[in-house]
Amino acid sequence: MGRRGRGKRDRSEKTPNRDFTPSVAAETDIAPLGRAGAKPPHERTADEEMDVADWDRVAAREDFRALIAAKRAFVVPATLFFVVYYFALPLLVGYAPAVMKIKVVGAVNLAYLFALSQFVMAWGLAAWYLRAAGRFDAMAQNLITALGRRKGR
Amino acid sequence: MSTSLAMFLGFIALTLWVTYWAAGRSSGTSAFFAADRRITGWQNGVAVAGDYMSAASFLGIAGIIAFQGYDGFMYSVGWLVAYLTVLLIVAEPLRNAGKYTMADVLAYRLSPRPVRALASLSTLTVSTFYMIAQMVGAGALVALLLKDSGIGFQTAVIGVGVLMIVYVVFGGMLATTWVQIIKAVLLISGTVLLSLLVLAHYEFDLGAFFRAVTHVTYHDPSGQEVTQNFLEPGLRFKPPYGALDLVSLGLALIFGTAGLPHILVRFYTVPDAKTARVSVVWAMAIIGGFYIMTTFLGFGAATIVGRDAIAANGGTNMSAPLLAQALGGEVFFAFISAVAFATILAVVAGLTISASTSFAHDFYTAVLHHGRERSPGEEVRVARVTACVVGILSMAIAIVVGPNTNVAFLVALAFAVAASANLPVIVLSLFWRRFTTRGAVCGLTTGLVSSIALILVSPSMMTIDPPSVTGAARHLIQSAPLFPLENPGIVSIPLGFLGAVMGTLLGREPHAEARYAELLVRANTGLGAEKASKA
Repeated sequence: MGRRGRGKRDRSEKTPNRDFTPSVAAETDIAPLGRAGAKPPHERTADEEMDVADWDRVAAREDFRALIAAKRAFVVPATLFFVVYYFALPLLVGYAPAVMKIKVVGAVNLAYLFALSQFVMAWGLAAWYLRAAGRFDAMAQNLITALGRRKGR
Repeated sequence: MSTSLAMFLGFIALTLWVTYWAAGRSSGTSAFFAADRRITGWQNGVAVAGDYMSAASFLGIAGIIAFQGYDGFMYSVGWLVAYLTVLLIVAEPLRNAGKYTMADVLAYRLSPRPVRALASLSTLTVSTFYMIAQMVGAGALVALLLKDSGIGFQTAVIGVGVLMIVYVVFGGMLATTWVQIIKAVLLISGTVLLSLLVLAHYEFDLGAFFRAVTHVTYHDPSGQEVTQNFLEPGLRFKPPYGALDLVSLGLALIFGTAGLPHILVRFYTVPDAKTARVSVVWAMAIIGGFYIMTTFLGFGAATIVGRDAIAANGGTNMSAPLLAQALGGEVFFAFISAVAFATILAVVAGLTISASTSFAHDFYTAVLHHGRERSPGEEVRVARVTACVVGILSMAIAIVVGPNTNVAFLVALAFAVAASANLPVIVLSLFWRRFTTRGAVCGLTTGLVSSIALILVSPSMMTIDPPSVTGAARHLIQSAPLFPLENPGIVSIPLGFLGAVMGTLLGREPHAEARYAELLVRANTGLGAEKASKA
């Protein structure tokens, strides 16, 4: 963990370890009560975690704000689009059934084709997001590299 | 021994072997609740699909399409599009900022105890109601499918309950995940086979298939012969409230799926947010493919088996198995029945583990014991006990309620609570700096109370039945419904958001606002996120 001998954890090092359970479990486990030494990452309180990253400083960085802006520029319009496209179906089916009953190909009508197009829309949007997210991942990775820390530490 | 029973036993043996294997591999809290976060993208995608496609989807939607045509297909559409909300908004931030339950994200910067207590209550409500619906369905179905083997409703319910407890208690998340993967593979292969047989019946001429769908003949309850175009909307959702009900259903699906606790916990089983995203896309491919094929299942049952024959042999839920019998004989019928059984088991196991995780992690440890385990491994022990209690309770309720009660509204309720209580607070805590503990408490409470109250006064509970409807099939309150829609979403979802916003505007919470930067950085970069444990 590399966190021993710092701040508050110093005192717990000195208390005798009365918990004899072998600490074999994964580091994501909850720390047994009374065990000395570093806590697993999720156990730390906000104060103890300040050394992981100075969150406010990271949040104020130019490259972090660019990442958030890029994500929002994709996610917000994409969400609005799919919500509008999806609700067009029940609204048209509910309020304009005559239009939706128009046959387009053989016996197949507009209502069925519109419903099918929703599947294509969902898959298409998911594939598009997957590509865009690759860009976001790269931006996040650059940020973490710039911070000089390995991810998750 | 009948073929069906043999296939059921085969599936049970396989899943028990998986549980034995998983029990030997996993120890520790992260292993029990999150499969050590070592599930891969495609595995989790298949498991999400397996967790999601319940018997309500497989048997229920095939049945609704067989009986009410196009309007049934409307369900299929919403069930897939809902995953865009999960993909774009919820999955990645949740994986980056949370640990075991959805409340982890809420409690990040808000006061943990009130928020976790209510989130846990909401999770338990969704899971228990959904589970009772599945158990009653399972009992009725298994009893029907295995009636030659002399297995009754009670035996079936107890069997399903005991199996799901065994998977969860001994195998934890790893076994549950693999039960879901096996089930999804079985379900997809069964559906593909059945669809191919339907197409083969029409000599692979899609035109002929759809022409047959436009002339479906059956007898209505008064005994008159009717012919209808099943491709046209309007057979289920009728004026004056049909259109509104459709929109309301759509809202509950689109916003509810991203608030279903048993789906959300799946994203904690993967190593990182990127894998979580990939797994949603896998799930979307599988779920979409399945729901497109419900066209062949439902319309195939309507045209090949016929509504009259289905109604005479067990009703709507039997559409898919009867179609299998008509096209592939007894062995195929047995296979599809076993698939339906596997479907139910995987879903109830997923519900049980999410309910017990939430109780142990959110309520027992965080609320009752201020976030501290009093002895090592206590949280997992509590979760195991909770799984037993939840399992036994839902078995008991299902047996008391009996096989003939209409429990479909419980599924609507689960989605409505997830959409009205869970989703607003998840979204607001991730995206609104000013959001406060009071806002979360108000949002969760209004969402939970309004959706339950509206369901209680909806046509699902309040309807005047004709005298021909007797016994448990009668509605609980015999008077005209106070709320005209079956789905409360259109009212309760805005109420949930409104409650959360109003509660927030009542006061400020500097501590929560100060930690927003941290949540934002964590959720978007994965810095400090929970890692997969080393092998």
